Amino acid sequence: MSRPSGGLDEILVKQNGGDPGGHHCEPINTHSAAAVPAAAAAEGAEPGPDSKQLSALKRDSQARRVDLTGREYYSEEGKTFQLRLVGKIKQQLNADPCLCPEYPSSLGLTEFTRRANEVVLGKSSRAIMESRVLGVQTPGFTAAVRLGAELLRHCFDAGAAWCGPVYLSSPCDDSLAGIFQAAGIQDIRRYYYWDDKLRCICLEKLLQDLEGAPEQSVVVLSASAHYPTGADLSQDQWTVITQLIMRRRLFPFLLLPAQGLCYGDFKRDSWPVQLCASQGMELLCAQSFSHCFGLYGEAVGHLLCVLKQSSLLISLQSQAVKLVRSLWARPSVGGADVVATVLSNPAHLVEWQGEVKRMVERSKLIRDILREKLRLLGTPGCWDHLTQQGGLYCSTGLNDQQVEFLTKRRHVNLLPSGCLNVSAINGRNLKYISESIHLAMTTSP
Amino acid sequence: MSLFSEVPQAPPVAVFKLSADFREDSHPQKVNLGVGAYRTDDCQPWVLPVVKKVERLIVEDTSLNHEYLPILGLPEFRSAASKVALGEDSSAIKDNRVGAVQALGGTGALRIGAEFLRRWYNGTNNTSTPVYVSAPTWENHNAVGLDLTGLLDDLEKAPERSIFILHACAHNPTGTDPTKDQWKQIAEIMKRRKLFVFFDSAYQGFASGCLDKDAWSIRFFVSEGFELFVAQSFSKNFGLYNERVGNLTVVSQDKEDLTRVLSQMEKLVRTTWSNPPSQGARIVSKTLNCPELFAEWKGNVKTMADRVLLMRDELKSKLQALGTPGTWDHITQQIGMFSFTGLNPKQVEYMIKERHVYLMASGRINMCGLTTKNIDYVAESIHESVTKVQ
Repeated sequence: MSRPSGGLDEILVKQNGGDPGGHHCEPINTHSAAAVPAAAAAEGAEPGPDSKQLSALKRDSQARRVDLTGREYYSEEGKTFQLRLVGKIKQQLNADPCLCPEYPSSLGLTEFTRRANEVVLGKSSRAIMESRVLGVQTPGFTAAVRLGAELLRHCFDAGAAWCGPVYLSSPCDDSLAGIFQAAGIQDIRRYYYWDDKLRCICLEKLLQDLEGAPEQSVVVLSASAHYPTGADLSQDQWTVITQLIMRRRLFPFLLLPAQGLCYGDFKRDSWPVQLCASQGMELLCAQSFSHCFGLYGEAVGHLLCVLKQSSLLISLQSQAVKLVRSLWARPSVGGADVVATVLSNPAHLVEWQGEVKRMVERSKLIRDILREKLRLLGTPGCWDHLTQQGGLYCSTGLNDQQVEFLTKRRHVNLLPSGCLNVSAINGRNLKYISESIHLAMTTSP
Repeated sequence: MSLFSEVPQAPPVAVFKLSADFREDSHPQKVNLGVGAYRTDDCQPWVLPVVKKVERLIVEDTSLNHEYLPILGLPEFRSAASKVALGEDSSAIKDNRVGAVQALGGTGALRIGAEFLRRWYNGTNNTSTPVYVSAPTWENHNAVGLDLTGLLDDLEKAPERSIFILHACAHNPTGTDPTKDQWKQIAEIMKRRKLFVFFDSAYQGFASGCLDKDAWSIRFFVSEGFELFVAQSFSKNFGLYNERVGNLTVVSQDKEDLTRVLSQMEKLVRTTWSNPPSQGARIVSKTLNCPELFAEWKGNVKTMADRVLLMRDELKSKLQALGTPGTWDHITQQIGMFSFTGLNPKQVEYMIKERHVYLMASGRINMCGLTTKNIDYVAESIHESVTKVQ
């Protein structure tokens, strides 16, 4: 993927060179965009909340529609894209005469599941070496969670006819509850996670909620890139939580939807999974390769299960096959082929990691600039969390009325709970967005 | 202590085990008649030439967006797939009474259809509605043909509003399909007793070589005013086994009902796989929507169907020439990929152990596993097993 285009870089340079306390103008990059109409706010006009400016902005706002609700990673041009390496590999695979269009097994491509296990747990993982890891390729992330839910429903603590509860973070992806319920688990509860006022995770309340969970509860935790808040637990916090999980005999179901896209570091993003495994815990982990390969349309997901004993692997695997056969029979191969090809080739791996790093750098840049703009505008509240977090999403901390203001009056759409997709911000809409957030916080109750 | 310690081992899937045993067999003349996929005369899998062409077009298309597909799937795929099942001039399509959901293969389509029926059919969450699937009891094991009386009897006796899964053509595993007249009788009873029709269509074009002929049953029911589901698979007729291309076609009497039905199905998909994979759907969609490619595809499909028909012919001739006891007409009367040979389990065991010819315990064979190079050996094997084993 190319470096961030001139837009954001220019803005950052100008800001740093200008008067730190005052308002100044920046040029708006004029190349055409897919997502947002070209900027119309008078070039050279000074941003600021005085009434003349407000009415000018109001007139402009009719022409704009800014959508920050997308789930994908967007380029500076406002489009989703596949990694350059992916395009190359697809060409290669297409020309390969040996590839054969056979039914894959219900568990998916062997090479893919092997690499998917390794990329999360690490090549030298004891669990892998001791054959205690079940890996199943799934048609996407949702399917991985669904299969995990079905496995829990049918196989977890089978003697006690387990059927919940499952604890989800507050907030979380609104489809999660539905997935567990579709698998027949009705008892869904929430644990405290994101604190709007503090603009961070409230560990104390989180621990309190989990402390009260019945034994054998399943706790769904985001390993990294929490949706929709972008707020992830620190390594210290993870250490405390895993202690609680083991003491209270809870079962962790970890979500890893965008490994590598959080901090540009694959190991770091999957560290919580490795921590749990290294402490001898059993766990489920749902993964997606959509974001970190730009393979959204190909539905490349994976479910991983770490067991305490290798003797259980065959049985659990056979049950997984049975469940898969009644859901989708087998996964689709195309995208998994690409991922397996990249993950099993050291040169490809390096190239891939490089492209992902550049995506992360751009996200970081956007966060930096957004925070700076809000500071310059004098927007109330503390925005440190913007740059402390990593990944695609972040929370604005706006309340419902403020979010409604943004949607209705400024045509800026946010994710639920006032969160937004950072990558959907670019050189053309950054000014408008920051001004909109500022207005929402200052003119709304 | 693991919380998974009480998990029982699920029984192995018979057809997978058969393939595994075949792979480990080192006999030079071994034959796999259990495989569920098309094979060329060289016993190789076949990438349809039109598919190769379209895959190339797709990989070189720089204008393709790389977003998630909508939950219901690629729109141009869904409409083209439904059209191929219901026909170009389907009045149901013209009346906007047809909707579709892209699914993960035929299995995915069946799953979504089944989940929907469980929640919304015959009342709400009425899980007591019986579902009937065809059983070998409707087909006579000695391959005399479809036991129509038995089938019609079951239709009469089933509680009103029961759901029936019917194979549109090329019944698996028997290869025995109702005739047009028999379909008419079936439809008459189903209409009268308010039974729900859920077609399973995995072999359109592959069975007779003609798309229209293989969809006759579906189109007939639609023309009789039935509301119905069709679970379509493009695995076999496009050779896209690994891309999981399926479509659930919904025919409703009312277009407003249809909108609400699709909205509920969307909810079901959202908690199963959320967004279906794009590759297979793009290939099928491009092919079906372009007249030249469509014609080329029909030719490819006919190639496959013709080879199967040829093998049926040859097998029957050879068995007759060998004087193998029994009648073998059913081999050419049956249609599609599979055939019930009529061999009993002991004879099947002989075939596998002594002759290294692998087939299902039910006596089902996949005609695609036969080639001009192995057909003599297979015919001799059948002859031996029938004459030596009772």
